[in-house]
Amino acid sequence: MRIDGKGRIDRTRPVTFTFDGRAYAGYKGDTLASALIANDVRVVGRSFKYHRPRGILTAGSEEPNALVEIVGPANQTPNTRATVQELFEGLEARSQNRWPSLRFDALEVNDLAAPFLSAGFYYKTFMWPRRFWEGVYEPLIRRAAGLGSLSGRHDAGVYEKAWAHCDLLVIGAGPAGLMAALTAARVGADVILADESSEPGGRLLSDAAEIGDQPAADWVATVLAELASLPNLRLMTRTTVTGAYDDGTFGALERVGLHRRPRPNLPRECFWRIVAKRSVLTAGALERHIAFEDNDRPGVMLASALPAYMNRYGVVPGQRVTLFGNNDGLRGVARSLMAAGVTVAAIIDPREDAPEEPGVTVHKGAQVVRARGRMGLREITVRSGGREFRLETDCLGVSGGWNPTLHLTCHLNGRPRWSDELAAFVPVEGAVPGMLVAGAANGTFSNHGCLAAGAEAARASLAALGRVAGAVDLPQAEDAPYRIAPLWAVPGKGRAWLDFANDVTVKDVGLAAQEGFRSVEHMKRYTTQGMAPDQGKTSNVAALAVLADATGQAIAQTGTTTFRPPYTPVSIAAMGAGGRGEGFAPQRFLTSDQASRDRGAPMIEAGLWYRPGYFPKPGETTWREACDREVRMVRTAVGVTDVSTLGKIDIQGPDAGRFLDFVYTNMFSTLPVGKVRYGLMLREDGHVLDDGTCARLGPDHWLMTTTTAAAGLVMRHLDFVHQAFCAAWQVRFVSVTESWAQFAVAGPLARDLVASALGHAPDLPFMGCVPVTVQGVAGRLFRISFSGEEGYELAVPTRYGEALFRDLTARAETMGGGLYGMEALNVLRIEKGFITHAEIHGRTTAFDIGMEKMISGKKDCIGKAAAARPGLLGAAREQMVGLVPLTDTVLTAGAHLFAQGVELTRDHAAGYVTSVGYSPTLHSHLALGFLQNGRARHGETVRLVDRLRGVDVLCRVSDPVFHDPKGEKLRA
Amino acid sequence: MRYSGFRVLAQGLFGNTGWQPAWRDPVPKPDYDALIIGGGGHGLATAYYLAKNHGLTNIAVLEKGYLGSGNIGRNTTIVRANYFLPGNSEFYSHSLKLWEGLEADLNYNVMHSQRGLINLFHSDGQRDAFARRGNAMINQGDDAVLLDREGVRELLPYLDYDNTRFPIYGGLLHPRGGTARHDAVAWGYARAADRRGVDLIQNCEVTGIDIKDGRVTGVQTTRGAIRAKKVGMVVAGRSGQVAAMAGLRLPIESHVLQAFVTEGLKPVIDHVISFGMGHFYISQSDKGGLVFGGDLDFYASYAARGNLPMVEHVMEAGMTLMPMIGRARVLRSWGGIMDMTPDGSPIIDRTPVDGLFIDAGWNYGGFKAVPASGFCMAHLMATGQSHAVAARFRLNRFATGHLLDEEGTGSQHNLH
Amino acid sequence: MRLTCPLCGPRDRREFYYSGAAVALDRPGAEAPPEAWDDHLHNRDNPAGVTQDLWYHEQGCCSWLKVTRNTVTHEILAVETVGGDSTAGGVA
Repeated sequence: MRIDGKGRIDRTRPVTFTFDGRAYAGYKGDTLASALIANDVRVVGRSFKYHRPRGILTAGSEEPNALVEIVGPANQTPNTRATVQELFEGLEARSQNRWPSLRFDALEVNDLAAPFLSAGFYYKTFMWPRRFWEGVYEPLIRRAAGLGSLSGRHDAGVYEKAWAHCDLLVIGAGPAGLMAALTAARVGADVILADESSEPGGRLLSDAAEIGDQPAADWVATVLAELASLPNLRLMTRTTVTGAYDDGTFGALERVGLHRRPRPNLPRECFWRIVAKRSVLTAGALERHIAFEDNDRPGVMLASALPAYMNRYGVVPGQRVTLFGNNDGLRGVARSLMAAGVTVAAIIDPREDAPEEPGVTVHKGAQVVRARGRMGLREITVRSGGREFRLETDCLGVSGGWNPTLHLTCHLNGRPRWSDELAAFVPVEGAVPGMLVAGAANGTFSNHGCLAAGAEAARASLAALGRVAGAVDLPQAEDAPYRIAPLWAVPGKGRAWLDFANDVTVKDVGLAAQEGFRSVEHMKRYTTQGMAPDQGKTSNVAALAVLADATGQAIAQTGTTTFRPPYTPVSIAAMGAGGRGEGFAPQRFLTSDQASRDRGAPMIEAGLWYRPGYFPKPGETTWREACDREVRMVRTAVGVTDVSTLGKIDIQGPDAGRFLDFVYTNMFSTLPVGKVRYGLMLREDGHVLDDGTCARLGPDHWLMTTTTAAAGLVMRHLDFVHQAFCAAWQVRFVSVTESWAQFAVAGPLARDLVASALGHAPDLPFMGCVPVTVQGVAGRLFRISFSGEEGYELAVPTRYGEALFRDLTARAETMGGGLYGMEALNVLRIEKGFITHAEIHGRTTAFDIGMEKMISGKKDCIGKAAAARPGLLGAAREQMVGLVPLTDTVLTAGAHLFAQGVELTRDHAAGYVTSVGYSPTLHSHLALGFLQNGRARHGETVRLVDRLRGVDVLCRVSDPVFHDPKGEKLRA
Repeated sequence: MRYSGFRVLAQGLFGNTGWQPAWRDPVPKPDYDALIIGGGGHGLATAYYLAKNHGLTNIAVLEKGYLGSGNIGRNTTIVRANYFLPGNSEFYSHSLKLWEGLEADLNYNVMHSQRGLINLFHSDGQRDAFARRGNAMINQGDDAVLLDREGVRELLPYLDYDNTRFPIYGGLLHPRGGTARHDAVAWGYARAADRRGVDLIQNCEVTGIDIKDGRVTGVQTTRGAIRAKKVGMVVAGRSGQVAAMAGLRLPIESHVLQAFVTEGLKPVIDHVISFGMGHFYISQSDKGGLVFGGDLDFYASYAARGNLPMVEHVMEAGMTLMPMIGRARVLRSWGGIMDMTPDGSPIIDRTPVDGLFIDAGWNYGGFKAVPASGFCMAHLMATGQSHAVAARFRLNRFATGHLLDEEGTGSQHNLH
Repeated sequence: MRLTCPLCGPRDRREFYYSGAAVALDRPGAEAPPEAWDDHLHNRDNPAGVTQDLWYHEQGCCSWLKVTRNTVTHEILAVETVGGDSTAGGVA
């Protein structure tokens, strides 16, 4: 029901929205919850387990009941708190976890079956017959469980992430937070003031309090006006600080566009990483309820929600309100309501010495024992002095006291301390380094106390940063003491709810204790108390108090479960903003990328790079045709391919040779200038790290190449070896991978092609290197080969890469050659038995690949000692071999190798296949693989079996070098 | 008290007042035949199998907190047997078989659900590596199916197949892979061990290991000294500290692994799915929450909590793989402490101290191993000999080079 | 988590690569017995408390850093470069 003259909504701007398909009206400034209350909608959801009708309990993000789906144009957003969702024109909301409708929910039958669905019942049944679990029981349970639903379609929303840095982060803009921000911002500190709500002010917007000599809300406006004038203060509304992390880093979720009608490019949410030198937590406190029979009926609410709805939104959820609570706070609630003309029928206070309240009947020493009204509260039963009576009421405000909102102080494993005086947990100092807690979040509940504590926290924070805050005049404010007598659960026989969201009752907690689940964590996990979307914000403390009672321990000894991030749930899309589609990882493009695409080459992901798979010609219908042609082309004419993805590290200094000796297994310092050598690098644990070539460009100047995959790894490794073990050596190096474009030219006509490009014949022996001028551009020429043909690699500065690539391609094509891609490159290297990371996959040693002789005996090197471990040597090791099928059959990598005649079981598997390809050169399928004692088994026949793909073929074991084993072509 | 549907009905009719405690709360005796340090999944399972398979019932489990307070209650609940190196294959295969009979064995519904696990691959090289793995699984006698892209699409139509940095080439389906309810595993083993007479002693922290002439004689605890001829250290996450009490230095570095759960949702993900181009794995619990995780935070830690870089990375991986989960909200994140070994595989072995045994180094794959780990550790403690399926989990294998490095990342502890 | 690189200043953890305990700096000599290598490569004190480990400022200055840190609280106590002075190193 709407109350005239109350609330901060804009009554000149009506807004229409729908709930469960029915149209309603509200105003700008409403939340979905306040608008539903204005329209007298009482049942807004169904509970998780018993499907009981539920109404709105709170006015904040701690809401356990009023979770709805917001239906958007492309997607729906489940589990949205109606108490947080602001109204916008055309908002469509619907209730969830009910079928067929909110009013008639078939699974409400669970409520009748409640005696059989007590805590942990599912651990004790559904075990027979065994196959029924996956087939029958579990699908039923899964369908019944869950709350809202995802659409199943890709989230089309826009999300962002951002960084912010500040001197002081103030979390929560209630009285303490405003005062803290003001105090710090006035002296020029960089301050971020973050508040969860759409409007700063916290409870000052809800209460009827006065600050100074003005209504609290006016004081808030005055402060905000001053803050707005300070450029060093950043106010972030609709921003929930969700997590505290190490070294002053916080996660925060800003609801950027959720309160607006969706439109393209409007971000829904932004996830902030805020780095703060100091922080002040002024997040206030959360009210908690009291358990009694059927206390979950729609219309039973937290008492503080009533003035919040009235003063912020101008709505009241009932016409005849009753209040039930164990602390003095209810008096203010009653006064506030009555001042607006709402009937407050009674205050029920369990304390015998409860204060009177003019204009209201106060039942002292009384308790509400029962609520009635399945679809909306009708009456309550009160027990007082041994007698019970009924009171008609359509709204009961309950207050079991207040819990400081200390969640963030627990995110770094801080444990809160129990205060008997406040009957609540309070934060411990220093739980988050650099963070002070002030105001209600620290157990200081009066407005005066909050203002003073906020100012003081800011002063102390600035002092820690070496800054002095000026004096701030504290305005006059209410300073009443907080008086409370704990009451957690009203004794009774019926079911009394603790956790509304997960349907956990006092009996469930008792049962957990009875069954030995007496630790608070056991109770939580057994009953699911506090594990629902609200994480037990309004119920955990009562539940552990009930547990303490059942186990005969004090609450302080019982302890509490751990609060973990996030404080309120955060969408995966917000924290994963930027990750969608191609945003997940950077993309690296070759200088030849466009030229390759122009020729129709499919580009394949190779780490972060894209490399051409093959270059199709008209008439070719499969990749194999193109691949075979390109292989033949390289073997008979000339081919060009871009090898710029290989890592290139420029190494200089008088100690460079010595350094290379230390990182490579073989000797490099003896290499003459103008020569290239193949090198093998080990990890310190003796396994192969990488292989590649290293060229000596000058006496103190070297160029190392790495594989594409290991470029970053090797750079990091070299930095480590240098800085950790030989920092004094005169050697420096830098990655030049992206500075040079490099193209392989291979084939019998390679020399002619290079001559054509350079304008003169390259007079370069195998494994030589020389500086060249390529059509006026200084470049480098290496005579190396990964194909087994006479091969050159021509390198020019990156900016000339595309031009040279197109030039080489054109020249090659006039010679009957052309481009070749990754597929052909792979076949060419398999024919030659050259390894890639398919072979050096991290478990292989130099011994395994037949290169143990490359570990020089004349010097130490990284990995040498560990490579000598007995387990890394010997016949039991799987050693690299070639495999040729006895029949013309496609081989598959990932197949296993067996001796003939053995059973195909794990213990008989003797090896596996790493690389396969069809060799048009040898007219045969070929494979490289690893076979136990393989080098001694050349000529043997083994069985290659891939049961996943139905391949079972006999293969002859051979040397891995199939083509030109003597290397005559290379050296031609 | 035996659990059954009938019992639930009968108790329900009489107000559920007759349920007995799931386990006793015994006072520690001065002397046991064997002690197990650590009341997590592995420790409780060890106790259970010592009692069941080897008839040792004068034994106790010493737990410094509450039963199941370690990683058994903080994981992503995945149960699988998809290893490919000999030594791992047979062990996890054995474990999966034990899982398949666990409800009946323990008389406790641990909700083991074989909903199928799919490892996605995104390049030819990854396909080959998964093919090798799948073939190893079949050779071991387990199940594996190699799916192409369309095969994956049929099972998981909601993945992003079109606009993605790393296209899906296919997946390796492990039909018998799945999930289980993690706490229930601890409670089921605890209850079953208790029923066989094992003393489960909570809030009892071991503060010292007594050794005389190279033999273990008992332990010191916060509840007094306890003598025993055999002691098993089953304290993954704290292995280094406990082993240090016996003067041992382990090949273990402790790391934090975060995991996440969303608010409850109606069923939307049926399988366990693992992304191949960034560490990300996800399933949906029976309660409806999406349970997912990623890689380690990568720095040594005992903090049981993590930091934002990995949080964000995991979410980004989720968004590139299956953007339909974008609007699911993360409800809770937590961190578990992992014993990371130099080859990513565990240790179940004797120690240089006679009578002192160790079960440790589970990296971040300990949950699925619980049954076989307990089974083999019990075998080792009872017989003094390694069980055949755990014969390669030796403490000295790093010295000898007989490694079990599935990832191929070498001796840097955090890379497995 | 933030580390203060001696060369670059305070930076977010995501700029750094972590490799493990700082014992990796104490490389056994070429003639060291296998036990020394086993210990060096594999065994760790792994303290729950103050430790020293190695971080690489990969997205910054590429310095390898020795970080003194508490593994329980994540407090960073000191950061220094491993090759900062000319006397560092195991191989002369």
